[in-house]
Amino acid sequence: MSDRFELRGLVWPTLMLLVMAGCGGGDGGGGGGDAGGGAAMEDPVDAATAGNIAGSIVFEGDAPSMAVIDMSQESVCADKHSSTPMIQEVVVNSNGTLANVFVYVKEGLESLQFPTPGAVVLDQNGCVYLPHVLGVMVGQDITIRNSDGLLHNINASPTINRGFNSSQPVSMETTRSFGTAEIMVPLRCDVHGWMTAYVGVVDHPKHSVSNGSGAFSLSTLPPGNYVIEAWHETYGTQTQNVTVTTGETAEVTFTFSAS
Amino acid sequence: MKWEYFSWVMPDNVVSTYGQTLDNLWLVILWVTGIVFFATEIVLLVFMVKYRHREGRKAEYIHGSNKAEFIWTSITFVIVMVLAVYSKGIWDEIRDQDLIPADAYEIQMLATQFEWNANYTGADGLFDTADDFISRNVLHIPVGRPVVVQLMAQDVIHSFFLPEFRVKQDAVPGMITPVWFEATTTGEYTLACAELCGLGHYTMGGTVIVHTEADFQDWLAEQQAAAEDD
Amino acid sequence: MSTATATETHAEHAEHHELSFIRKYIFSTDHKMIAKQFLFAGLMFLLLGGLLAVTIRWQLGFPGRPLPAFIQWIFPDTMAPGGIILPEFYNSLVTMHATFMVFFALMPLLAGVFGNLLIPLQIGAEDMAFPRINMVSFWIMPVAGVIMLASFFVEGGAAGAGWTSYAPLSADGQYTGVYMGQILWLISLIVLGFSSILGALNYVSTVINMRAPGMTWFRIPLATWSLFITAWLLLLAIPILTGGLILLLADQTIGTAFFRPEGSGEPLLWQHIFWFFGHPEVYILILPAMGFVSEVIANRSRKPIFGYHSMVIALVSIAFLSWVVWGHHMFQSGMNPLLGMTFVVTTVVIAVPSAIKVFNWMGTLWRGNIHFDAPLLHAVAFVSLFIIGGLSGIFMAAAPVDIYIHDTYFIVAHLHYVLVGGSLFGIFAGIIYWYPKMFGRMMHEGLGKVHFFLSFLFYNMAFFPMHNLGVQGMMRRIYDPNQYEFLQGLQPLNTWISISIFLFASTQAIFAFNFLWSLRKGKVAGNNPWKSNTLLWTTPSPPPHGNFPEMPIVYRGPYEYSHPDREQDYWPQDEPPASSEAGGQVAPAPTPEPVPGD
Repeated sequence: MSDRFELRGLVWPTLMLLVMAGCGGGDGGGGGGDAGGGAAMEDPVDAATAGNIAGSIVFEGDAPSMAVIDMSQESVCADKHSSTPMIQEVVVNSNGTLANVFVYVKEGLESLQFPTPGAVVLDQNGCVYLPHVLGVMVGQDITIRNSDGLLHNINASPTINRGFNSSQPVSMETTRSFGTAEIMVPLRCDVHGWMTAYVGVVDHPKHSVSNGSGAFSLSTLPPGNYVIEAWHETYGTQTQNVTVTTGETAEVTFTFSAS
Repeated sequence: MKWEYFSWVMPDNVVSTYGQTLDNLWLVILWVTGIVFFATEIVLLVFMVKYRHREGRKAEYIHGSNKAEFIWTSITFVIVMVLAVYSKGIWDEIRDQDLIPADAYEIQMLATQFEWNANYTGADGLFDTADDFISRNVLHIPVGRPVVVQLMAQDVIHSFFLPEFRVKQDAVPGMITPVWFEATTTGEYTLACAELCGLGHYTMGGTVIVHTEADFQDWLAEQQAAAEDD
Repeated sequence: MSTATATETHAEHAEHHELSFIRKYIFSTDHKMIAKQFLFAGLMFLLLGGLLAVTIRWQLGFPGRPLPAFIQWIFPDTMAPGGIILPEFYNSLVTMHATFMVFFALMPLLAGVFGNLLIPLQIGAEDMAFPRINMVSFWIMPVAGVIMLASFFVEGGAAGAGWTSYAPLSADGQYTGVYMGQILWLISLIVLGFSSILGALNYVSTVINMRAPGMTWFRIPLATWSLFITAWLLLLAIPILTGGLILLLADQTIGTAFFRPEGSGEPLLWQHIFWFFGHPEVYILILPAMGFVSEVIANRSRKPIFGYHSMVIALVSIAFLSWVVWGHHMFQSGMNPLLGMTFVVTTVVIAVPSAIKVFNWMGTLWRGNIHFDAPLLHAVAFVSLFIIGGLSGIFMAAAPVDIYIHDTYFIVAHLHYVLVGGSLFGIFAGIIYWYPKMFGRMMHEGLGKVHFFLSFLFYNMAFFPMHNLGVQGMMRRIYDPNQYEFLQGLQPLNTWISISIFLFASTQAIFAFNFLWSLRKGKVAGNNPWKSNTLLWTTPSPPPHGNFPEMPIVYRGPYEYSHPDREQDYWPQDEPPASSEAGGQVAPAPTPEPVPGD
C-alpha cells in the first residue's frame, strides 16, 4: 500500500476554510454597529451667514378615523394611557395640520461634512414608540429604550441598510445606528403588532418631524437653493424648491390631502 | 411547590369533553408502562445483587431460550398493538375533519409573531364582512357547545395549545387547519404557543374565556357594536 | 488477494518506513489513530455542548438573573447585555446545544471512535478497507466544526430555529434576525454529512470484505454488528438530510420557495424530509451504544449474550422499522390524521425489538457472575435508563396522548433519557472498557466508580422531574415559563433541575481527570485485561500498525464465557479447538485459503 498521496495538500484547503470562516464573521453588531458619537469635527455652517427654513404641513379634507389599539391584555401599558391609545398612521392635529411628517434637505448640502450629533432616544413607553417618526444622521446613535419592563423587540427592515431584529425582555437600552442614508427605515415590535415607527436616515443633521401643531423647522443652513422633501407614511412624498438667504427664515407649506 | 407536580397522573384541571377521554387513555398507558417499569427495574436490581461475583461463583453457560424470546416478543407485540388500535378511535374523533360537529361555532385564529388574533364573524355569521371583529390574545367561547377554530399562521409555524382543554394543533403558514373542542366549564384558561416561532415565542400567550351561552351572546353583541362604531 | 500476499503484507507493515509526526498523529491513515482523533474532537464538542446546556439551565433556573460576572465577558451585548441572556440568544443556545451534541459529539463518539477502533480489530483486519478515505472522513469533522463555531461570531449570531430548523422560521432570516448564522449552520452540516457518508462506506466495505477466515456473520461481535447496521443507516439517511439542507439553503439565499409559503412552498415538506432522516438518525445515535452494552454485559457477567441471534435480528428490525416511523414527530403538525394513524402503528411496533434487546440484556445478567467495575456499571445504567426512555416513548406513540405532551418537557425528558441515559452512558462504558486497548493503560477504577455514581444520581435528579414538567404542560424552548400563569408554580422544580445539571456537569470533571491522568499513570494493561474473547483483545495494548502479525483464524462465536468444560471462564475466538488444556498453545494451522465470510 503506497503512501505517495501527500496529504500536505489538505493543509492549505483547511487553512483557507478556517480563514474564510473567520472572515465571514461580521462586526457582531447590528445595522451599522459603529458608534456614532460626536466627532471633533467643526460645524461647517457659518452661523453669521446662515438662514433657516420653517413651515407647516397642512392637511386637507376629513381626517380618516384611526383604529383603537386593544391594549386590554397589556395592563402595564394600558395603565400608562390616560386617553384611549389609537393607531398613529394618520395624526391630524386640531388646527388642521398633519403630524409625523418627516421633512429634510434632499439636495443642496452635498458639499458639506457635518459632525455626527450625539445619541437620540427612541422610547418604547406604554407599548408605543415615542416618537413615532424619528430623524437621524448616518452613523448617529439611536438609544432604543424599553421603559415598559416587558418584552419588546425592535424589528428593523430597511431596504438599503442592514436590518436587525433584537429583543429587550426587561427595561434596558440598546444602541443601534444606520450607516447609509435611507428614507425611511420601518421599525416594528412583533410582540405588540400595532407598534410601528419610522427612522429617516440622512447624510446630514438638517431634518425635522412635524409636531402637534404641524410645524417643522430646518435651521442654520448656508444661503443657497435647496430641495426639501416631506414624507408621510400614508400620503407619500412631496418636494419643494426653497431659497435660503442670510438671516431670513424661508416659509414653506406642504399640503397633503385625504384622497 | 405543590406535591401534585410529582404525580404522573394528568393534572385535575381538564375542562373539555374529549380532554377527559385523553386523560383516561393516559392513565391506561401509565398503568401498563408503570407495571413494566417497576417489574423490569426491580428485576434488574435483584439480578445485580443475586448474581454478583463471589469467590468460586461460575456463570451459567446458556446462549438463550427461543421459548423466552417468543413469549416476551408476543406479549410485547400484543400489548402495543392493542394500544394502537385503542388510540385510533380517539384520534379519529378529535382529528378527523369529517367528524367535526356540524354545528360547531366557527372562529378564525391567525397566529403571528407574536400574537393570537381571533376573528369573529359578527351577527351575519359570515367572515370577511364589515361586522367581523378581532380579539387580540383572548379567545371567547361559549360553554357546552362545540367550537371549531380555523387555524392560520401569517409568518412561521406556531402551535395552538390549550392545556386545560388538552388541545394542541400546529398553525402552519399556507394552510388552514381546523381544530375543534367543547368546553365543559366556564372560567378563564390558558392559551399558549407550543412551537418555537422566534424570540417572542415565550410571551405568545393568551386567555380563553368560557362564557355561559347568555354571557357569550352579550359579549358578541358588545363587540359587534364597537366594531361597527369604528 | 492471494494467500502469500496476505502474509507478506503483514510482515511488510512491520518494517514500514518510520512515519513523520504529521503522518503519524495528524494526517494518519491508521484506524486506531483516527479513532483517537474522533475521541479527542468528540469530547471537546461534548464539553462545548455541555457548557451551552449549563447556560440554558442558568436562564431557566434563575430567569432574568445576569450570568455570573466571571463569565459575562464571554458574551457580547448582542447576546447577553449586562449578563442577561436575550430571548433570541436563548433560542440560539437551545439550537446549538442540540446541534453540537447530536452531530459533533454523539455521532463522532459513537460511530467515529468505535467504528474505527473496533471494526478492524474485532473482525481480524489490518485496517479499514479505505484508510485514506477514512482519514478524510475524520478531517471533514473539525472543518465542519469550525464553520459551526464561526456562526456564533457573525452578525445576527448563531442559528436560532432549533436543531430541527423548521421552515419558514429557518428559511427567512427576517423571522429570527439570524441570517448568516443559519446559512453557516446549513453549510456546516452539509459538509459534515460527507464525513458520515465516507466513514460509513468504509465500515460497510470492511465488514463485508475483510473478515478473517472463520469470522462468519454470526460470529461477529455485537459491537461490530451494531456499527455495521448503523453504517447502513448513515449511508441511506445522511444524503436525505444533505438534500434537505441544500433545498433550505436555496430558500435562504437564492429566493427559491421549497418551504416558503409565499412562493407556494410547503413548510410541512421540510418536516417530512428532516424527520425521514431524523428518525433513522436517532437510531444511529443509540445502536452503537447498544452494541457496546452487549459486549460489556456479556464480558463482565462472564456469560454468553442471551439470544445472540435475536439480538442481531432486533438490530436489523430496528434499522428497517426506523424508516417508517418518522411521522410520529409530526402528529400535531397538520399532517393528514389517517397518515398519522399509520405512524402510530409502526411506532408502537418498533418498541418491540427494543424491548427484546432489554430482555436479552437482563437474560445475560441472569445467573451470571457479575463483576461490578465501571464499564459494567455504565452498561447496566444504560439498560435501566433506556427502559425509562423507551417507556416514556409509549405515551408519545399514542397520537391522541401526544396532543398534550408534544413540544413539552415530557419530550425533552424522553430524548435525554435515551441520548444521555442511553448513548452517553454507553459511550462511557465503551471508553472505559476499550481505553486499555487504545492507550495501553487502565483507567482508574475508584475514580470510575465515583464518577459513575455521582453522574447517575445527578443525571436522574435533573432529568426525571422533566417528565413532571411536561405533564404540567410546560412547553419546550421557552425562555421564561413564568410569563404563563399556569407554569409559575413550577419555578422551584426548574431551579432544582438547573442545580442538578450544574452538579452533573461538574461531575464530568472527574471523568476528564481520570482520562488524562490514566494516560500516564494508569495501571499498565496487558493484551486482555477484561479476559474477553474477541480478536481485538488478542493484540497488544495498543496494537501495532497492521494489528495482527499473522492473519487470525476464528473458530467460534465471541461470547463463549464460562463454558462448563473449561477451567478459564473465557474462550478466545481464535483459540484453536485442540488446545483446551490449561495454558496449552498449539501452533495455529497452516494459513488456509482466506475465506472471507460464509
